[in-house]
Amino acid sequence: MTAPHPHRQETRAAGGSPSGPQLQGSSRPVPHASARAGRQPRPRRAHRVERWLGRHPFGLALTAPYTIFVLVVFAIPFGFGVWMAFHDYFFTAPGVSVPHPFVGFDNFTAVLGDGDTQRAFRNLGVFMAINIPLTVVLALSLAAALNAATRWSVFFRASYYVPYVTASVATLAVWLFLFSGSGAVNHALGAWAPDPSWLANKHLVMPLIALYVTWKQLGFYILLYLAALQNVPRELHEAALTDGAGRWQAFRAVTLPAVRPVTSLVILLSLITSGQIFTEPFLLTGGGPNGASLTPALLIYQRGLEQGEPDAAAAIGLILVTAVLILATISRRVMERN
Amino acid sequence: MARTLRLLRYGALGLGAVAALLPFYYMLIGALQKKRDTSLGGLLPDPSNLTLANLSGIDDSFSLTTALLNSLIMTAGVVACTLVFGLLAGYALAILHFRGRGLVFALVLLVQAVPFQLLMIPLYVMVVRYFHLADSYAGMILPFAINSVAVLIFRQYFLQIPREIFDAARMDGASELRILRSVAVPLVRPAILTAMLVTFIGPWNEFLWPFLITKNPDMQPLAVSLANFSQSNSTFQANPMGAVLAGACVLAVPAVVLFLLFQRHFTSSNLGSAIKG
Repeated sequence: MTAPHPHRQETRAAGGSPSGPQLQGSSRPVPHASARAGRQPRPRRAHRVERWLGRHPFGLALTAPYTIFVLVVFAIPFGFGVWMAFHDYFFTAPGVSVPHPFVGFDNFTAVLGDGDTQRAFRNLGVFMAINIPLTVVLALSLAAALNAATRWSVFFRASYYVPYVTASVATLAVWLFLFSGSGAVNHALGAWAPDPSWLANKHLVMPLIALYVTWKQLGFYILLYLAALQNVPRELHEAALTDGAGRWQAFRAVTLPAVRPVTSLVILLSLITSGQIFTEPFLLTGGGPNGASLTPALLIYQRGLEQGEPDAAAAIGLILVTAVLILATISRRVMERN
Repeated sequence: MARTLRLLRYGALGLGAVAALLPFYYMLIGALQKKRDTSLGGLLPDPSNLTLANLSGIDDSFSLTTALLNSLIMTAGVVACTLVFGLLAGYALAILHFRGRGLVFALVLLVQAVPFQLLMIPLYVMVVRYFHLADSYAGMILPFAINSVAVLIFRQYFLQIPREIFDAARMDGASELRILRSVAVPLVRPAILTAMLVTFIGPWNEFLWPFLITKNPDMQPLAVSLANFSQSNSTFQANPMGAVLAGACVLAVPAVVLFLLFQRHFTSSNLGSAIKG
């Protein structure tokens, strides 16, 4: 931190108490001006401004860009999206105004009855069933190993993190060539290479995408676990060992409960990422073969922008977000019950 | 027993590192190959099959410099907006008392929970149809112009600074603007670096949004140009895989180098949802 400000002493001497108890993170505005006692009385208008806008109305000006941004980029599109999902909305030539009648849940029933939507959500289920357990197990084991390791730990941590900071477009290009029909992976597997090959195989393409996303995100989750593991007192672990517990038992009885909040967070974040899977199927397969790697986010793009049905796309978006929210709630309940 | 455990531990860590880094090695070696060699032997560098020609080969399809420049402009715009607006909002939330402060702080937290796939279509319609910002830098930058994580970083930093410093300046008769300029900004410099590192990678790697709103190849950032390039079957290239991987290297190197240089700033508390793409 920088050197203390020279005026600090002066403030104390002048008896100006540092404006009451400051609750960190408190959102409570402090409307009264008791800290100003002893200063010359101010005109009535200034008091009124203060009553209405708070002690520092300047803060309103400073946060105005942020508030406007949230309105324009989040609140209005959010409302617009919900509105779209319940209306017959389609693109028109610029300047043409046509009525967009309210259609209730028609968009939703149409979308839910559609084979593509069902396939996309089934694929997402397969993705989650592989990605989430794999992420939790790998991230926790590598973080635990890293926490116990004394040598090379900076190197290991950095290398796990490199995929996370690299653009998906760049890493997907590599995976595309590695797993292509005549790619290095199939060369390595020789006679065991799958037929049809990875990206053309409807049973393997979604697991492969799940594996890719696990690989890409793992470094971040390892970092989360590592921070939690460093806070587990070593004595607890040692006490369990002296009491005759095996290493595995000690891990289960001490470490696992200690990192439970992080596990809950990792599952939550993985769920949210899962809902956004777009770039991977888009670049690797375009959703194929025959819809086997179609995801809801990719479907939103296809329906909304390629096929010009933004209302259907908005409905899929709402269904997707609701589904992710429900799963997130369930996972939190389960994680916090024990 | 302890020895076996240690061996096992380092074995797992080593295996993880190999799995994490092998694709990057393949990216590099593939980018340098004169002729595509997908056999296992091709994983080893073969001096007779090495070339830098793939990098210039990209230029037959799209201008690498233009794409890089577009990426740079978009990233610089996002980082600049994030820093300026993040600092202002963070300062106000931590130091100033004004009506609606609680509401703004709640917004900062709430916004992070809104998933992008829900906003994708309406935001696209608004930006392209109503704001007429398709194929423009402003359109590319807009959705990322303010980053709630940056606001939180600045707020947290300002909370650690003794409030008396600001009160003293106020008592000396400094205007609010003057306090911001001469007291707050100089004090918060270390947080600027952290916020910059956290926000750089997102826009640099971002694919979906610029892909949606740029159709003009001269406006596309590198991630979009490269994706289009790898999608088109560029059979006229001597080594199409080499050209794509060379482009991938160009896209990957700045982010990776920056990460390695400032590694200790990349902590879990700083990152969160800041990195996408």
